[in-house]
Amino acid sequence: MNKTNGSRSNAVKKWINHNVIVFAFLGIFVIFSIISPTFLNVDNLLNITRQISFRGIAAVGMTMVILTGGIDLSIGSTIEILNIVCPTLMVSYGMSPFMAILISFCLSLAVGLANGILITKAHIPPMIATMAFMNILYGGAYIISGGQPVFGFPDSFAKMGQGYIGEVPIPTVIMILTFVAGGIILTRTTFGRSLYAIGGNMEAARLSGIKVDRVLIIAYIMDSLFTCVAGLLMLSRLMSGTPNTGRGFEFEVITAVVLGGVSVSGGAGRLFAVFFGVMIIGVMNNGLTLMGLNTYWQYVMNGIVLVIAVGLDYYSRIRASKAAKA
Amino acid sequence: MTGSEENILEFNDVVKSYPGVMALSHVSLAFRKGEVHAIVGENGAGKSTLIKMTTGAVIPTSGSITIDGERFTRLSPAKAREKGVAVIYQEFNLVNELSIAENIFLGDPIALHGFINKKAMVKKSQEIFDMLGINVNVMSQVKDLTTGYKQLVEIAKAFTHDVKILIMDEPSASLTTNEVDTLFSIIHKLESKGVTVVYISHRLEEIFEISDRVSVLRDGHMIGTYPTASKTKDQLISLMVGRQFSEQFPDRSGSTEEEVVLRAEHLSGPKVKDASFTLRKGEILGFGGLVGAGRTETVQLICGINRLTGGKITYKGKDFVARDPLDAINKGIVMAPEDRKEQGLMLHMSVGENIAFPSYHVCSKLGFINFSRTNQIIRKYIESLSIKTPSQEQLVRNLSGGNQQKIVLAKWLARDPEVIILDEPTRGIDVAAKAEIYEIMVKLVESGKSVIMISSDMEELLGMSDRIVVFCEGKVTGELKKSEFSQESVLSLASVNNSTEKEHKYE
Repeated sequence: MNKTNGSRSNAVKKWINHNVIVFAFLGIFVIFSIISPTFLNVDNLLNITRQISFRGIAAVGMTMVILTGGIDLSIGSTIEILNIVCPTLMVSYGMSPFMAILISFCLSLAVGLANGILITKAHIPPMIATMAFMNILYGGAYIISGGQPVFGFPDSFAKMGQGYIGEVPIPTVIMILTFVAGGIILTRTTFGRSLYAIGGNMEAARLSGIKVDRVLIIAYIMDSLFTCVAGLLMLSRLMSGTPNTGRGFEFEVITAVVLGGVSVSGGAGRLFAVFFGVMIIGVMNNGLTLMGLNTYWQYVMNGIVLVIAVGLDYYSRIRASKAAKA
Repeated sequence: MTGSEENILEFNDVVKSYPGVMALSHVSLAFRKGEVHAIVGENGAGKSTLIKMTTGAVIPTSGSITIDGERFTRLSPAKAREKGVAVIYQEFNLVNELSIAENIFLGDPIALHGFINKKAMVKKSQEIFDMLGINVNVMSQVKDLTTGYKQLVEIAKAFTHDVKILIMDEPSASLTTNEVDTLFSIIHKLESKGVTVVYISHRLEEIFEISDRVSVLRDGHMIGTYPTASKTKDQLISLMVGRQFSEQFPDRSGSTEEEVVLRAEHLSGPKVKDASFTLRKGEILGFGGLVGAGRTETVQLICGINRLTGGKITYKGKDFVARDPLDAINKGIVMAPEDRKEQGLMLHMSVGENIAFPSYHVCSKLGFINFSRTNQIIRKYIESLSIKTPSQEQLVRNLSGGNQQKIVLAKWLARDPEVIILDEPTRGIDVAAKAEIYEIMVKLVESGKSVIMISSDMEELLGMSDRIVVFCEGKVTGELKKSEFSQESVLSLASVNNSTEKEHKYE
């Protein structure tokens, strides 16, 4: 009798330990509800979900990359180049939205492929390879646009970023679908499991017959395609493409993913927790804005959160390895 | 014998035990001032533990060490250095982009207020080189040196401090014959200056050439210390291996099958020069040889891990080249690597996932894994190999070495291979688990599979193999039938003999 009680309370403890992020989210949620009277408005809450949707969608791709022990710094600039190229194709070349979107996806695919090839075949560390693309694409966006915003494209384009399904913003719906799809990929497919294996022990993964290079390249392509979805939704939301829409975007996404418990050294992490990582960043930024603090405070807070998240990751790994030795 | 009879270094009844392993058991040993004292023993006999104790890297569980009249039970690395102990390891710790002088003082530069005194370092380096009789400009960059001279720089590094005891761990492993001669002349010079040289080498010829006395270690026990001249090479080998077999190997009649599954002819590749052997159906083929003889590298060629640069592999009667590990696995050749934690397992993942991983792509449709099939596989192998784990969700890093090794076997057996290559299958696991692994191997060959077993454990090699192929310096130097099995025959094929030394000289 005692024993079952013990193991049950152990299981509860384990579940709580495993999902601390959910309680952290609830804590922050409650704090802002108390501080700010407008925070709990349904409109505000739905607005938050739309605000976070762009980062959330990109976070699914970033999770895949970080699980392998890599990182992608180029996603902010990928969004910028898309926010210039896609509207320019429609405005200056008279393309249909469909064609412009299709080309945007091809461009993203090319960026992911290039990142993946540089990392696997030229053996350039992910941070450096993607940093190079961060600058190339950022510069490219300015060159193409001359630093000027591009607007005046078909109104039909606004539907996906500004529309609603019932009460729920379309980007929110797309984000939820993305997380569900990402979760299935990570837990149920050979590709998803290979990401974990590579991040945990690349040599063992290779010897187990995983085609490591191929999996890594696909991971960077997936990452880039998810980023493309996020970028096009942002464009549709604003209906104006500017070459600096993506500043700091990669930083926010990486913060959210790491906060969601994905180990920066790869091999461990769950999309469920990443979702709450994204939510925490979103709620925090929204709450700070409602409190009247300017956006620069959000940078400060995001930086602090990133340090705490990485610190916790390191701490828990030390604890785990000590526990394994004991 | 040169030098006085005064002891510079003594081990007094030293014991070192790790959980479940006795690395050194009541070893007493004395080194005299100004002698060259060789230490020999098989892999795992306790030589490296002995070295590490002398440098303070390992603290004895009990017993003490006396250096130059001072007795220590807890010798620290700093203290050891201060007492004049220096070690030259087999691997180089040199920065290629820096000059010889800078390398010699790396980590401990001559400096005042943080500014390096380059002139003083060059002068001191030159003095050390003059003393050792090395004729190289100390300003030249290390990357321009040959391996032999790099080794000499390593030796010179030891002399920035006052050295009384110089330990050399396999110093000749990467040297050519001429370079070894230079090394020996330096050792003689040191000897005449009263430095004690502790010389560790697998090359017995060198030991007879250079050492005054030789100590033999076996399984952590001190067998004895002898004047080198009083022993022959054969006598030394029997002292190194001379134990009786315990009855821990499964009894079985050897394979009678003649059908050849895999034939390797004159393979060459990284660290492999010329490897030929045949593997028959239903046999355990042992690969013997010293560490670094090219055994692992040879099987890596077969498994598609390294590229074959020459030679031919025939598998099931057809030409065979594995493009990558997956290709070999799909064709029925699998390998359990020597370092199971680094190469064999995903330690942070579950028992189940580790077992099922190589089977994922045969148990999936359009990339989606059929978990009911993989669970069947997992349950089957946890049971049939009696892997002791609370559940299949348990993380692999929480299991014992023996159970981890069984998981490595399980993940490959799940792919129903024809050829199973086991690289050091029982390294670091306890006796009971060893016996279980042996049972599994026997079951495999009895069901018609073929096993290649690389083993540096002589007892295991002789006890488990049907035939043994012996490697030395990347070449197969001989093959032994069961009737020819003996530790001496393996060791003499495995050690560099004089004829190959001569080949080097005239190359």
